[in-house]
This record gives sequence, structure tokens and C-alpha cells, in this order.
Amino acid sequence: MAGFKLRRSLLYVPGNMPSMLQNIPIFNCDSVIIDLEDAVPLSEKDAARHLVKRFLMNYTDRNKELLVRINPLDTKWGYEDLKVVLPAMPDGIRLPKADTPEIVERLDTLLTEFEEELEVEIGRFGILPSLESALGVINAVGIANSSERIFALAFGAEDYTASMEIERSRGGEELFNARTRVLWAAKAKGIQAVDTIFADVSDMEGLRAETELAKRLGYTGKCLVNPRQIEVVHDVFAPKQHEVEYALQVIEAIQRARQLGTGVIALGGKMVDAPVVKRAARVLRTAYAHGMVDTLIDEEAIHGAQ
Amino acid sequence: MKIVKKAQAGTMQSSDLMVFLEPAETLNVTIESTVLKQFGALIRAKVDEVLAKHGVEAGEVRITDRGALDYAIEARLETAIMRATEG
Repeated sequence: MAGFKLRRSLLYVPGNMPSMLQNIPIFNCDSVIIDLEDAVPLSEKDAARHLVKRFLMNYTDRNKELLVRINPLDTKWGYEDLKVVLPAMPDGIRLPKADTPEIVERLDTLLTEFEEELEVEIGRFGILPSLESALGVINAVGIANSSERIFALAFGAEDYTASMEIERSRGGEELFNARTRVLWAAKAKGIQAVDTIFADVSDMEGLRAETELAKRLGYTGKCLVNPRQIEVVHDVFAPKQHEVEYALQVIEAIQRARQLGTGVIALGGKMVDAPVVKRAARVLRTAYAHGMVDTLIDEEAIHGAQ
Repeated sequence: MKIVKKAQAGTMQSSDLMVFLEPAETLNVTIESTVLKQFGALIRAKVDEVLAKHGVEAGEVRITDRGALDYAIEARLETAIMRATEG
């Protein structure tokens, strides 16, 4: 349970717009990704990173996770972005075009060097790699294992469809295999998986449908392009009341079973055993993070005493 | 640092500002702002502080402010100074 962090909504904020940066404290998303890459024109890269640095240094009463999307490390801006922004202590770096484990390892090494220079704990800066090309998706497993700083894998469908030379559809059938592969890599490593953005800010129904699909597949969060999208995404990722009630019944049933000296019991005609308990525990942890239950479930309730 | 060439930084969006720098023999700061009456003195103090921090002692400094907070004034002025002083 240590380190469990709710990351349902990761909102992109353009790095060169003071009017948007200043609103970060009042957005009710779980994380913010301040963008130095695609949202900043080439002529303003230097200006944006200094603005973000000054903003972060001034934002001392932090109330959400702060990530910065730097420019790719093979551009002339990527290293400079790190150098200027890291002293302002963001929580982590979103690495675009993380196509291979080697690219992430390079960032890991740079972050370690900066941590030594800044005299902060090694591993303080996290990494959220973007898998957003055919190559990145193919390498998902290697990337997930390339650095202990990685707390989640993010799937980026806009660049992915460009690399595949296809159009993104409303149903998202063309993304299915890539979404699944990114998920497998994340789940196998025991980290979170974050779904791609939904670009049409006026289509809330489409956003809801896509977020529901992502949740059904196993994603635990989604990137957003507009604060108006936060509410829908939180609503989709929140456990439903009946799910929470059922999960509580499952925990109660398995505890009863253990008293009887067994690890399996029937609840409402359905079998309850270890995997069912594990799923219930996950629902209850998420419910706790949403403030829907008062107590955090302990390991003994999940696995039983040894 | 010495201002060796013309440079500008910032935008005209709200909560932002534009900074224009030009080489000159003496230091001359002019500020235009939507909130000059209320905050003119504070903007000027911040501008002076950043110029002093970067050792800028001479130059034509023109600020067009659109209601920027201190951090933005500092960032835009820093960027303009870097652009005006680099070789």
C-alpha cells in the first residue's frame, strides 16, 4: 500500500501561458503535466522553461502532483529543459517518444546527476514514459523495466496513429492492440497505466465512452487536455457504490471462511477465493482514496494471518 | 551583463507581459500597464531587482504589462536579458 497514489486525471497545461499556469492550484485533477514540448513554439522554448521554473519556485503550497513534459532528449532543448526546471523541484518528468529502454536509461542517469548536484535524495524525480510509436509499444516491457523511477506507463495515441500512418477513430478499434500491450507491460511490472488524451473537448459523451473502455481494459488514469474533462474522468474511475458494498461483503466472507479453516467460501451463490479477494481489496483501496470508505484495508484482511 | 542587441520576450496575453530591451548608454525603464495606477511601483521594484540581480546597468527597458504576477515578470525579463546578452 505504501506509495499508492491516485492518478485518475493528468491534465496538460501549456508551459508558456501564465494565465493557465496560475490556475494549476485550483484545478481538481490528481496530476498536472506542464508542457514544454508540443504546446510551445520552437522560438519560445527558452522563455517557456524559465516561466515554468519561476512558476514552480513560487508555488510552494503544492496540492497535486506536478510533472513536466520536456522535449525529447535527442533535440537541442531536452537537456536544457531539465537543467532549468529541475531546481524548481517538479515531482517527475514526462518523457515523450520513449521508444526504447536506452532512452529512458539516459534520462535516469541525467536525473541522478542532477539529484547529486542539487543534493536531494536519489530517485526523487519520477519518470512517466510516453509510449507513442510502434517502436515504443513493441518495447513496452523493456521500457517498464528500464528504471525504478517509472511509476506508470502512458500511452499516447496521437503520435502512435501518426507512426502507424492511420487515422484515430471514435471507437478506437485501431488502438486496441497497442493499449493492451502497454497495459500488460505496466501490470507485469506492478505500475500504473495511463491512457491517452481525448482531443475533442466538446464531446463529453465520447470522452466518457473512451474512459470507460480504458477502465474496463485495466487503465487507472487518463491524460486530459482541458480542465472541463476532469469531472467525467473522475466519475468513470470512481468505484460504484454497489461495487464497494460487494467488496466489503467479500472481505467479510473470506474472514468468516478463514475462521472455518478454509480459503474459499460462497457469497450469494458465487465462489469467493484469493483472486476475488484481491480484486475486492483493490476496489476498497480506490474507494478509500475517493473517501467512500473510512478505513484502509490491511494486508492481513487480504491474505490472512500466516 | 551587458545588453548588446535588441531583444524581446513574453506575449500580449492576459496575465503576461512583453519586455523589450535595447542597448543604451544609461539605464532607462518605462512601464505601461493595465494596472499601472495600483501596481506600477511594485512592478518597477521587481524590474529593478531582476536587472540588478543580472548586473544590467545600462539599456533601454520597455515593459508592456497585462496584469502579470511577480514570477512572470521575473521569468520574462530573465529571458529577454539572456536573449539580449548572448553572443
